[in-house]
Amino acid sequence: MIFHPLGKYILLLKAVFRRPEKWNIYRSEILHEMVSIGVGSLGIIAIISLFLGAVTTVQTAFQLVSDFIPKSVIGMIVRDSAILELSPTISAIVLAGKVGSSIASQIGTMRVTEQIDALEIMGINSPGYLILPKIIGAVTMIPLLVIISIGLTITGGYIAGTASGAVTGEDFINGITSAFIPFTFTVSMVKSVMFAFIITSVSAYQGFYTDGGALEVGRSSTKAVVISCIAILFTDYVVAQLLL
Amino acid sequence: MIKISNIHKTFGENHILKGISAEFKEGICNLIIGGSGSGKTTLLKCMVGLHEPEKGSVIYDDRNFTRMNFQSRIEIRTEIGMLFQGSALFDSMNVEDNIMFPINMFTDQNHKEKLERANFCLERVNLTGKNKLFPAELSGGMKKRVGIARAIAMNPKYLFVDEPNSGLDPKTAIVIDDLIQELTVEYKTTTIVVTHDMNSVMGIGENIIFLHEGKKWWEGSNKEISQTDNIELNEFVFASKFMLALQKK
Repeated sequence: MIFHPLGKYILLLKAVFRRPEKWNIYRSEILHEMVSIGVGSLGIIAIISLFLGAVTTVQTAFQLVSDFIPKSVIGMIVRDSAILELSPTISAIVLAGKVGSSIASQIGTMRVTEQIDALEIMGINSPGYLILPKIIGAVTMIPLLVIISIGLTITGGYIAGTASGAVTGEDFINGITSAFIPFTFTVSMVKSVMFAFIITSVSAYQGFYTDGGALEVGRSSTKAVVISCIAILFTDYVVAQLLL
Repeated sequence: MIKISNIHKTFGENHILKGISAEFKEGICNLIIGGSGSGKTTLLKCMVGLHEPEKGSVIYDDRNFTRMNFQSRIEIRTEIGMLFQGSALFDSMNVEDNIMFPINMFTDQNHKEKLERANFCLERVNLTGKNKLFPAELSGGMKKRVGIARAIAMNPKYLFVDEPNSGLDPKTAIVIDDLIQELTVEYKTTTIVVTHDMNSVMGIGENIIFLHEGKKWWEGSNKEISQTDNIELNEFVFASKFMLALQKK
């Protein structure tokens, strides 16, 4: 049951990476997608990151009841949680909802209104023209969003920790600057690139093979988000298992 | 000229096209007519490669399209212009960009040359000055005309038109039909129009193919269609009271 859609997905990707008809047209499409995915998602990523950091700090402080554990550990936990899990994974799940559903509905609408057929008739490789710029746009911009998210999560943690008195500013800074393993950042970037690819390719696949009308476009959009989220969490586990 | 022979197409258990063969000559309007579900649009899509027929061949001026790979098909596709039932204009682009899109993709013309061509095509379909409007701002008839302008932007040798009059008022429908006929004669294109509109049949149907239950049931011209004794064709042609009154006259 899973092999037929998997085969179609691989064949679609093969068509996506076929040589573009004209690079300068693709270049402007890539820039457009970078702005749409990157700048367009900055607001929501900023908001969720600040709150994630705040909640992580408050809850970690609540659980650290022993006097033998220094308060700077809170900063350390917030930093490592942000780098390894919160920023790449939660951002990716939010982006699957925002960017993924938008890609699926955009391409799905183009399918049901025969715009994709029109591209094919002109002799244009429609998967390449429609999907490749989105994949490149996401793979370049989502890691940048994750880096911003890491910074904002830690900032949110600092603000909430100091404001609630759960941890002093000095302890928090001590925590985030001590015992840092740079490899965790590499893992975070590997995850974000893979998640970006999953979000765009899975959503584009769902949109590209939409069959029917407006109702099916909505269904494709929902399926794109659900499948992307499951694939993100599965990949998250595999990457963690392999790299850590 | 386009020649199709023994085209078969099935979707699941449904055998839609059952061995259709025909020839479509250049410089005239070739019409494919038939009731809903008779296989008109499926045949058209098989001809342009949007559907792959299980059996049969489509030959564009001695070039066997059905046996070509993706790369070779691109060559023929740049010679094809197509107007879709819903016009299929790109929503994110304005009228000018829609028309310039195929030129951008397949030529190395500079912006001025491309703009000149787009303006020429717009003038040809009587939409001069509408360059910056978006598809959402156009009426149904205007969308069809922009669709035609985009279809002729690359000087096509073959023009495919799917239900050009669907959703249009009779007056606009005649304008679209006349435009298709003028362009066919002017550019000597091989034009294939799928329709079930009897005004189009009587107006521009120089060569008509009637499909019924996935088979070619009748072939002739608009002059012959009202005199035929083919029962299924008569049921289709004289389904409306207007055509029936015309026949009695």
